[in-house]
Amino acid sequence: MFGYYLDLAVRSFRRNRVLTALMVLALGLGIGASITTLTVLKLLSGDPLPHKSARVFAPEIDPLPADSTTKPADLWRGWGNIMSYTDAMNLLRAHRAERQAAMALTPVKVRPQQAGEHPFFSNGVMTTAAFFAMFDVPFEYGGGWSEQDGEDRARVAVIAAELNDKLFGGKNSVGQTVRVNDHDYRIVGVAGKWAPQPRFYAVSLGGRGYGDGDAVFLPLQSGSADKMNPQNVNCWQVADITSLETAPCAWVSLWVELESAADAGAYKTFLSNYVAQQISLGRFHHPEVALPDLADYLAQQQVVPSDARLQANLAFGFLLICVVNTVGLLLAKCLRRSREIGVRRALGATRSAIFAQFMIESAMVGVAGGVLGLVFAELGLWAVRHQPAQYASLAHLDLAMFALTFVVALIASLVAGLLPAWRACVVAPAPQLKAV
Amino acid sequence: MEIQPILAALRKHKIPTALIVLEIALACAVLCNAVFMIGQRLGEIHLSNAIDESGVSVLDVRGLDPEAMAADVPRDLAALRGIPGVTAAAAFNSLPLTNNGWNSDVATGPGKLFEKNAPNVMMYMFTESGDKALGLQLLKGRFFTATEYADSKLGGSYLPSGHVVLVTPSLAGRLWPGQPALGKQIWIGDDLHYTVVGIVGNVLRPSENGQGLSGFYHSLFFPISPGPNISNYVVRSAPADRDRVLRDGVRKTEALLPNAVVKGKTFTEIRDKYFADSRSMVWMLVLVCVVMLAVTAFGIVGLTSFWVGQRRRQIGIRRAVGATRAHILQYFQTENFLLSTAGVAIGMLLAFGINLYLMQHYQMLRMPWYYLPASAIALWLLGQLAVLGPALRASNVPPVVATRGG
Repeated sequence: MFGYYLDLAVRSFRRNRVLTALMVLALGLGIGASITTLTVLKLLSGDPLPHKSARVFAPEIDPLPADSTTKPADLWRGWGNIMSYTDAMNLLRAHRAERQAAMALTPVKVRPQQAGEHPFFSNGVMTTAAFFAMFDVPFEYGGGWSEQDGEDRARVAVIAAELNDKLFGGKNSVGQTVRVNDHDYRIVGVAGKWAPQPRFYAVSLGGRGYGDGDAVFLPLQSGSADKMNPQNVNCWQVADITSLETAPCAWVSLWVELESAADAGAYKTFLSNYVAQQISLGRFHHPEVALPDLADYLAQQQVVPSDARLQANLAFGFLLICVVNTVGLLLAKCLRRSREIGVRRALGATRSAIFAQFMIESAMVGVAGGVLGLVFAELGLWAVRHQPAQYASLAHLDLAMFALTFVVALIASLVAGLLPAWRACVVAPAPQLKAV
Repeated sequence: MEIQPILAALRKHKIPTALIVLEIALACAVLCNAVFMIGQRLGEIHLSNAIDESGVSVLDVRGLDPEAMAADVPRDLAALRGIPGVTAAAAFNSLPLTNNGWNSDVATGPGKLFEKNAPNVMMYMFTESGDKALGLQLLKGRFFTATEYADSKLGGSYLPSGHVVLVTPSLAGRLWPGQPALGKQIWIGDDLHYTVVGIVGNVLRPSENGQGLSGFYHSLFFPISPGPNISNYVVRSAPADRDRVLRDGVRKTEALLPNAVVKGKTFTEIRDKYFADSRSMVWMLVLVCVVMLAVTAFGIVGLTSFWVGQRRRQIGIRRAVGATRAHILQYFQTENFLLSTAGVAIGMLLAFGINLYLMQHYQMLRMPWYYLPASAIALWLLGQLAVLGPALRASNVPPVVATRGG
């Protein structure tokens, strides 16, 4: 029976080529637009640490003066988990979490060793020893540095594979030196490809939210001693920014890894106690603290650009219009065939058979629309890749989205086909036959 | 034209009628909001900026030795001024639309940085003749004197040690509504204060910075002597000379500073880059509108064609009993007008609702009322255009059809 319905559907498409082409085109456009924007949205709202995002937390405190009228929640929305060097180091050295790391971003000037090569700027991260283990950074050669290296302000660095290719032709460069901001840093490790999307750790530090990974990692204390400028400094008093380690300025972000919800509760209590202690010392004035996990933190920081969400909404609005349009055209087609239906019914076809026939016809429009939609989605993503956006190069259709295209296409076409198929199966055969 | 028979006919075809009305309503709702968004984005892209945008080039110089900058910068600027066609050159801490903000909260008297309602402002600083290099437009008062440049140093707090400042009318209006700003003082914290000596045309900040469009012009200008962190060289020339001047400037600066990284850009490029996302959003919205209108139009053509096909006999009968072609044409046009009217009425309500939703979730502004009738007219026209083909075909149905069977 299925084959017969397919045959009938193909015949009906042949009879109304323009109408069929219009339906498929409209459905294809709507699906293409929806899949393109959904792919981008999925990319932007991905989980940057798939295996441990529920275990990574961002401690947030409020260091503003007593007369500040900024609510803590508003402060954290703007500042996230950045704090002064003093507070970050106090919390870090307390070792109350499984792992903890403090960090800041800094543009670094890298000077190739070969004579005549021009220096260039790369993205640098000043951080502490546990960064690599906590964020699952893979290593090609060597490894990170020790906590002692940090405390000693040792000039050691981890470079990314890409920079290693550029400077050392991809060879094991552990033990070599890299010239960073006119200082010699000894390479202790070469990190493999590591570029979480979104770049969650960069969000509060004034960095890009998406895109390539960083090139140079060095100890926070060493970078600070060498006067490397953090990308983002927020002061709550007029302050001497040249001595950032003691300045009343937030520029270091802190991340902690906690094994369980109980640990998270305990850490939050510890954080509250720390703040209470600082209040009694007169350094702090606001007792509020927060400890969002990674997903909550990304939501709080509104990482996903609102334009991307707006575009997805728009695309689905467009798809809805296309579906309504398809309903109309399918209906027109099927009502025009009332006589054919009458004949088939008179010859013994049941209502459900007629219904099935028309649903199969809609499904075929849907599959065709899905194939066309896939073409449009690839075109759309190609266009996105040629946009200036940070995430442009990442926009590719993955297998799940590929499958989703057809699911959306089938659902859209079957929903569109419901009404016409119902109208078709309630056609009374007698009046139609009378007119023949 | 009698409306009664049209309504009677539509009542017999409730579902196709509802579908056309729904299609027009959805198209109207999306069109209103999309066009409103396009307008908003275009407004942002074309925000005015009171500098010489077409003549300014910027050399972003990084990786300099901070200790040597007090001597290097004047030497570099002198070399840049020597390039033929350069009318002025100066060093800035940052420039409009470069996303490199030097922001502070300021007050009109001594007070804390976090004073309630203290506006957040951008602090531009430039070396001597920076006003000429950028093409600032003096509205009132004066620019800085040579001694004011020499006396102002950038301290460890990244604030200038001088005591004079230029403000934009937008910020002056925010700080001293309805009062003259000249001679007033601007305070940062308890100790630092600056006297307003001049008012310059509204200059954009390095980024909108969550301040909204009203805060986008909250800019201050300070004189500064050459030193660390004042390393954006601004070179001005006639627009025709600009590209050559920029190339020569980059070459000269690289030769003078072999250890630095120099990036040259025209201000036009800086502006294009800043608004690139908005521009691509505008294109996407335009594309969606065009395709959506086309889909709607084809939907109307499809349904009306079906209608015409179904009523060939009735049309023939009408023609046979005396209706002219014009009558038939008018019939379908009026019918489409009625359907569009219903669609547009629902669509305007929907558009208003979508706007409310967007205002809540996307910081969208309220849509001005005239967008509603404007897109209503657009859809009326679209409907008439779409119905023309099928209606003409209907009017060409010969009266003889009435006498045939089928």
